[in-house]
Amino acid sequence: MVNLIIDNKEVQVPKGTTIIEAAKKIHIKIPSLCHHPDQTVKGNCRICLVENDWGGLVAACSTKVSEGMKIKTNTKFVRDTQKGVLELILANHNQDCLKCDRNGNCELQDLCERFNISNNSLDENIVEAHEIDDFNCSIVRDYSKCIKCGRCADVCRDVQNVDVLAATNRGAEYEFIPRFDRKLHETECVFCGQCIKVCPVGAIYEKSSIDKVLTAIDDEQLHVIVQIAPAVRVSVGELFNLEPGSITEGQIVSSLKRIGFEKVFDTNFTADLTIIEEGYELIDRITNGGKLPMITSCSPGWINYIEGHGEDLLEHLSTCKSPQQMFGAISKTYYAEKLGIHPSKIFTVSIMPCTAKKFEANREEMNSYGFPDVDAVLTTRELGRLIKSQGIDFANVEEEEFDAPFGIASGAGAIFGASGGVMEAALRSVYEILTKEELEKLEFEEVRGMHGIKEAAVNINGNEIKIAVVHGLGNAKKVMEEIRAGKSDYTFVEIMGCTGGCIGGGGQPIEKTRETKQKRMDALYTIDSDKEHRSSHKNPTIIKLYEEFLGEPNGHKAHVLLHTTYKGRKL
Amino acid sequence: MNRTQKVITENFNTYKVEQIDKYIENGGFQGLKNALEKGKDFIIDELNISGLRGRGGAAYPTGKKWNGGRQTHADVKYVLCNADEGEPATFKDRELLVKDPYKVLEGLAISGYTFGAKEGFIYIREEYEFLHDKIRKAIKLAEENGYLGKNILGTGFDFSIKVFSGAGAYVCGEGSALIESMEGKAGRPRMKPPRIGVAGYMGKPTQSNNVETLAIVATVLKMGAVNYAKYGTEKSIGTKMISLCGNVKKPGTYEIPFGMSLREIIYDIGGGIVGDKDIKFLQLGGVSGPLMPKKYIDTKYTYEDLEAEGFGIGSGAILVADETKSVIKFLESVSYFFFHESCGKCTPCREGKRQMKKLLDKMSKGTATTKDLKNIEKISRIMTDASFCGLGQTAATAMLTAIKYFSPELCSSIDEIKAL
Repeated sequence: MVNLIIDNKEVQVPKGTTIIEAAKKIHIKIPSLCHHPDQTVKGNCRICLVENDWGGLVAACSTKVSEGMKIKTNTKFVRDTQKGVLELILANHNQDCLKCDRNGNCELQDLCERFNISNNSLDENIVEAHEIDDFNCSIVRDYSKCIKCGRCADVCRDVQNVDVLAATNRGAEYEFIPRFDRKLHETECVFCGQCIKVCPVGAIYEKSSIDKVLTAIDDEQLHVIVQIAPAVRVSVGELFNLEPGSITEGQIVSSLKRIGFEKVFDTNFTADLTIIEEGYELIDRITNGGKLPMITSCSPGWINYIEGHGEDLLEHLSTCKSPQQMFGAISKTYYAEKLGIHPSKIFTVSIMPCTAKKFEANREEMNSYGFPDVDAVLTTRELGRLIKSQGIDFANVEEEEFDAPFGIASGAGAIFGASGGVMEAALRSVYEILTKEELEKLEFEEVRGMHGIKEAAVNINGNEIKIAVVHGLGNAKKVMEEIRAGKSDYTFVEIMGCTGGCIGGGGQPIEKTRETKQKRMDALYTIDSDKEHRSSHKNPTIIKLYEEFLGEPNGHKAHVLLHTTYKGRKL
Repeated sequence: MNRTQKVITENFNTYKVEQIDKYIENGGFQGLKNALEKGKDFIIDELNISGLRGRGGAAYPTGKKWNGGRQTHADVKYVLCNADEGEPATFKDRELLVKDPYKVLEGLAISGYTFGAKEGFIYIREEYEFLHDKIRKAIKLAEENGYLGKNILGTGFDFSIKVFSGAGAYVCGEGSALIESMEGKAGRPRMKPPRIGVAGYMGKPTQSNNVETLAIVATVLKMGAVNYAKYGTEKSIGTKMISLCGNVKKPGTYEIPFGMSLREIIYDIGGGIVGDKDIKFLQLGGVSGPLMPKKYIDTKYTYEDLEAEGFGIGSGAILVADETKSVIKFLESVSYFFFHESCGKCTPCREGKRQMKKLLDKMSKGTATTKDLKNIEKISRIMTDASFCGLGQTAATAMLTAIKYFSPELCSSIDEIKAL
């Protein structure tokens, strides 16, 4: 342990602690911007400078404590320097805060409030920046708001291993842009949106479809329906000051009804459908010598990644469309037939915790008989904004239930939103289908939690099936390399592009604490354990769907509508 | 009275790079022989007696640095000669490399021996491209003659040297940025600690020295520290290479003993001011150095005398500006240089330069206000106190000293003050 004094108060912390962390321990908040608790220390922004024993300044984020150190965080010298740095940032920062995506949830705004920046002498607000990149359907990069902290590039490189962003140019032209001055869509960006989640300001955000959705709702010719992904219901409440992990299914349904959606359905239903298709596909591969390990295909960020970085491994992917797309396909076919509405008059919206889902919905192969499966995708954050824009008191609105028939879902569908959920849901069904026995315990604890690569083995009819659950693309790369090297003995692998799975998706509310993801995850398991049906193959609507419409699982019609193809997107 | 010396520069104009034998005839490699024969303690003692301080600008005692470096343990260690001489107005390292390359290589070999490195690098700025092949040739000839390579002089010491070319970035003179650049990355400084002496090139301990420092090491170990220490003053021991430029009649590189006055340097060595004009100011130590008004012209050129007045030796550059020169124009050129060379990584340097450029522009056009002058001072202080590396920390030095000594001139462009 190391003893030091911060602002005249003694504090004892383990060796290797940084000043900023030590100060936190005695409730002193040193301002920071480039610092992010999940990332490497960068020391770029220089706003965390504090005074050391000799009256010089040191960066609190990068300086480790030493025995007997005396730190002052509250001298005039420190305050003037910190405020001066802040003013320099603002002098080249687009200050259209009122119409900024991050208005009210911006680290730079918080600092301006802290430093009472109203009298910024440098405030010219003539911003010199690279042109805005909104040339793709998922992510917008507004360089006029970038403060060059490097957090986006850090997560892209170190966590996701996508590594399309780099510090480019020097001097005043220094910026983080895709290499070779490309636009995002010209790179191997997977549109996972993790850069959005770590950006301290509004320099990166999702490309919004709210206007498109509202226009559709106002169009009387259109039958506008909406599906909600599993992970949305345990996180959107955060945008209305509810605790992370608050389960708000009822509030979401009620709010969407008020906004004017004709039907509010549950993606968990098609998560169940995915399990059936994927489960039978796995059984087929095991019994008929297909390509193993089979890898799940629900996460579009992951699909973009393997198409960009593992063209040689595409055969390992399950050919199943994701639950979002399966829902879209069913909505434009089975549902359209049932209601007697022409598919062109059905407008299918999905609410997803994910920015890459926008990209997925835009893929040309994602259509059913020529009609796009999904017409518009909103992120969890956009859902929050949409509800706010309608003046709905979300936290207090009376709860309503999902519409039939696609509101009935099993608990297995719900846990899709957490890393390990797809695997657990699949095992519940695959085990029971193959052994024709009921599982005694439905929970597969080994595949739950935040560990990056989780492994387990299941005995089915005397055969040991090895499985792995992976989240975060950096971890995915490790598993891909094992498979490539022939060192992998897994039968089935679940891969999710984002850390924690969809609960940590790039479309989710910006996490305020490190525990947020865990709370969201716990809530999904609560939803599961409270459900009447907990295995996908026992969902009565799913059984009926196959009887009335699809026929055999993994059969011809299912393949036409519910399966897809992949191609390399290496540039 | 011209008191230039020929100690470090003893071999200038005596041989061409092809003529290694002439270098040897001049007593070349004697320093290396003495070093290998008498051992590391001897080397450190000699460096301490010589009072040698690093000649790159930071002026850290070399004996202390090398002794510390010896204690670092690692399987592989490297030494480095920093020939990224990028400080505008500074060109004395180029002279050493052109006129006595073997001495620099000899110093680097001694550094490798002391530090425990088998491999050394000489990182030469891109603008000195004409030198790269010449140095490679010198390395090859030194190897062929047994002064580099395997089993040097039969002592069992192996040491090889490679030439690295910079890519034209001033910030790469900073040790860690230089190493980033050697590793093929963009030249931006690394977080410290660890310092490069602990984790440098390829993560291995790397000891870096300036060209002149290494040449002096070779000289001192050849002639003996006691003899070298006869030059200079009590605290600033020895001789110093200076780059004299600007409005002097005889600009160039000179070797002088510490303790001459600036007046002697400018008038006796430099021949006075072109057109016999008066001096307005000097800039010492290169573009990152302070502006010194004429009234300090009789200050002695030593570490202690200059520091006492708030100036420094820095890289050894002495730039002279005559009475006709505009301080604002001069600051604009300084500012433009740093605006171009800032790596952009940290806020104070990147954004400070951006705003300073705007404000200087207003000063130059005569549209600046007193508020602008206050702001420029504020920005300069933040850059100095808060920047990530030495580039940003010194980029505003000229500005701050201009405000200190020449504010009437800076203010003369400000309408509000003119009206008073």
